[in-house]
Amino acid sequence: MSEHVDSVKTYVLVFVALIALTIITTAVAFVNLGPFSVVAALTIATGKMLLVALFFMHLRHSTPLTRLVVLGGLVWLGILLVLTFADFATRAWIGVPGR
Amino acid sequence: MASEAHAESLALREQFDTAEQQKDASTLGMWIFLITEIMFFGGMFLAYTVYRSKYPYVFAVASSSLNVYIGAANTVVLLCSSLTMVLAVRAAALGKRSGIVLFLVLTLLLGGVFLGVKAYEWNEKFQEHHIPGPSFSFEGLAPDQQGYAQLFFSLYFAMTGLHALHMVVGVGILSTLIYQTRKGKFSAEYMTPVDISGLYWHFVDIIWIYLFPLLYLIDRHLGK
Repeated sequence: MSEHVDSVKTYVLVFVALIALTIITTAVAFVNLGPFSVVAALTIATGKMLLVALFFMHLRHSTPLTRLVVLGGLVWLGILLVLTFADFATRAWIGVPGR
Repeated sequence: MASEAHAESLALREQFDTAEQQKDASTLGMWIFLITEIMFFGGMFLAYTVYRSKYPYVFAVASSSLNVYIGAANTVVLLCSSLTMVLAVRAAALGKRSGIVLFLVLTLLLGGVFLGVKAYEWNEKFQEHHIPGPSFSFEGLAPDQQGYAQLFFSLYFAMTGLHALHMVVGVGILSTLIYQTRKGKFSAEYMTPVDISGLYWHFVDIIWIYLFPLLYLIDRHLGK
């Protein structure tokens, strides 16, 4: 078994980073950043997601096939979001009846 | 080629060549399941995004009625449970049985705390008449905007409810694992169920990592 066992220290450091990011995202929400508040919130959330996925879910040490499958899943999610918004965001442009 | 037959064990079933291959297959299978879960939750995140972009003001006002400090504290609770879960998986990889039980019990307790806080928050919504339905009323919004606020709370309950349902399933999984560990089922050679359940628990954590800012933290500066 080529099992990688990370040290407790690594996990605790990742945990501390996650807590810090939670505090930051909560604090930033009270600041008026205009349309960028969503961007800030999602950037921080994605950073936290990556920390959890890479360290806690061991994607750092996983096989290339597993990584490819995970990436593929995210691409499908991207298709779901992008294609739906290609519709919703552009409907008003040409005045579809019943919009 | 594995031409020679090997003795079957939990760590190495007949159809696999090596224990490592079996482990990789389990991990891959779990990730494929988690991707179906991503698509499942993805539909709700999509609905949320569509309606938030349509009614940004009402969503911001409705979001600001949620208690952000309770939400943030619950996020911390869930992150703590992720830490104890990963330490349980680490203990399992090292074959430390008492460590597995200790950390799984801690994870279970933290999961319970999260669900308890969630129940408290939902109860508060009932008292405030923020439950979508005939008795819904949101103070400070015009009558024609009440429907959009109901839309926000419908999404709030659907998303946090589905997340909580996953937590309840997770609690069941953890209880089973604790029982099996005490029975002596897992060792450093075979700890796949602990590992795979860890992936599930962290996945549920990731869903909350997105739910928290999207539901609780919409334009908080407007609400003040």
